[in-house]
Amino acid sequence: MATAPAMVDVFPEEVKRGRIRTFIRRHPTIALGGFLLGVMVFLAVFAPLLMTSDPQALAPARRVRPPSAQFWFGTDMLGRDVYSRVLYGARVSLIVGIAVAVLASIAGLTIGLISGFIRAFDGIIMRIMDGLMSIPPILLAIALMALTRGSVQNVIIAITVAEIPRVSRLVRGVVLSLREQPYVEAAIAAGTTTPRIILRHILPNTLAPLTVQATYIAASAMITEAILSFIGAGTPPIIPSWGNVMAEGRALWQVAPYIVFFPAFFLSVTVLAVNLLGDGLRDALDPRLAKRI
Amino acid sequence: MLAYIARRVLATIPVMLIVAFFVFSLLYLAPGDPAAVIAGDQATPQDVERIRASLGLDRPFVVRFGEWLWRIMQGDLGVSIFTNLPVSHMIAQRIEPTTSLMLITITLAILIAVPMGVMAAWKAGSWIDRGVMAFAVFGFSVPVFVTGYLLAYIFALQLEWLPVQGYTPLSQGFWPFLENLILPSIALGSIYIALIARITRATMLEVLAQDYIRTAKAKGLGSRGILFLHALKNAAVPISTVIGIGIALLIGGAVVTESVFAIPGLGRLTVDAILRRDYPVIQGVVLLFSFIYVLVNLGIDLLYTVFDPRIRY
Repeated sequence: MATAPAMVDVFPEEVKRGRIRTFIRRHPTIALGGFLLGVMVFLAVFAPLLMTSDPQALAPARRVRPPSAQFWFGTDMLGRDVYSRVLYGARVSLIVGIAVAVLASIAGLTIGLISGFIRAFDGIIMRIMDGLMSIPPILLAIALMALTRGSVQNVIIAITVAEIPRVSRLVRGVVLSLREQPYVEAAIAAGTTTPRIILRHILPNTLAPLTVQATYIAASAMITEAILSFIGAGTPPIIPSWGNVMAEGRALWQVAPYIVFFPAFFLSVTVLAVNLLGDGLRDALDPRLAKRI
Repeated sequence: MLAYIARRVLATIPVMLIVAFFVFSLLYLAPGDPAAVIAGDQATPQDVERIRASLGLDRPFVVRFGEWLWRIMQGDLGVSIFTNLPVSHMIAQRIEPTTSLMLITITLAILIAVPMGVMAAWKAGSWIDRGVMAFAVFGFSVPVFVTGYLLAYIFALQLEWLPVQGYTPLSQGFWPFLENLILPSIALGSIYIALIARITRATMLEVLAQDYIRTAKAKGLGSRGILFLHALKNAAVPISTVIGIGIALLIGGAVVTESVFAIPGLGRLTVDAILRRDYPVIQGVVLLFSFIYVLVNLGIDLLYTVFDPRIRY
């Protein structure tokens, strides 16, 4: 077996650091968003190591304690450590955000491609999407959650269904404009098969707008998950999600506002990070759109 | 003109039918057998079967959908499983707070967001522009309940300027009514303001680069005249589109805002209905909100012809 050639470091350390600085200067929003999101991912992944006590451990004796050296974010009405619960909450939010973004993109891409390429289906698919879009997304997710038991998986499915119409419309729009491009017409004239045209010419061009859209979907999915959990129709209460921690702190918020504010702060920062990342990606991937919005 | 309006109005019918179909499927798929619930614990399978037939639950999906649709069109939204009251009655009781909250929020948002976007575009690149854009990013990122609790904490608990929670009907005086809705409207409106400000700035930037704006400047019009007379009028179509689409955000946000501020409106009704699995109520509220959303956007589409007489579809 031949040995792989050793990686030769062409650039000295100083040049590399310079490049990072250039990247930050050129794309400040991607850098800031990426950094904040990185911190959240770190907290979520290493939650078991970073926590100070079991997030589920009940301790009626130390109920509703304000933040202190022992309980950094205080304790809730059942004596659970808010700091540890908030750490674990990052896991739920990030998983829901990523899963919904990926699933809605895949489903939306499929529907959008079919609708854009097969004229016979376009009318009916788009009318169904119009109908789904007429139901405000949070209400649609609430209605779907009312049908099932609360679980992270069901929350992901409900939010995904509510997001699919927008992705489908976006992909369809891109496909319709690409179909008219001379190079696609040339490919059709040259006898290229439809699957090959989709794979080689259409799909790569939908990826940039789709990536940007996926970031925004992740951000709104995290907010929707928190809202669903907050009103009691989302993640089951035994799982510490930011929405659940806030819901539990709701009754006490005038006496112990910190129970609500810590998860609220983490949720806002995470959503902000993802939105910044989305804005930065949009500017970097599609300069024309960036100038318009 | 009339033909356009007629076509546009007719086009909403299939959309509304699809919404109705989804909402009906919701009840159809809902777990639990209403016949078994009504029959009670002592009932024999024959009793349940008889009640099912008397309720018409044994007939095909399409027939039941048709009948349900017919009743909906007559304003009959069914009966709540929990309170046994007609759903339309329960909605009527709760509609005032939600309507007030939404109307105040929309008015407030347009009054704040449009001038903000116009200023940002006029002074593009300045600190005003940056400030507006930064606010827009934050407005999108901070969820409505976070803004709600923060505002209530600062202005109600700490400064004691405004009430913490609750709702006073308009019939008990305008100031008490308004006092209770100021904080909820700002909380609910922040994402909406961000959305409108952003699109206003973007459209205004485009319009301000047009030749006729240069002409207006050349003939010596003041900047206020140019901005609000020439530019804003031409930017009105995209702005009003976003105002219409954004109402979906407001409807979703209202459910949460009403929970945070203890406002007895349709949002609270929805939350209570979910916790009790009161499907007819959930169905009724979703249907009502969706129809309002479709109608508002239909209205805005028709307004286009006023803003821009060139539009003829």
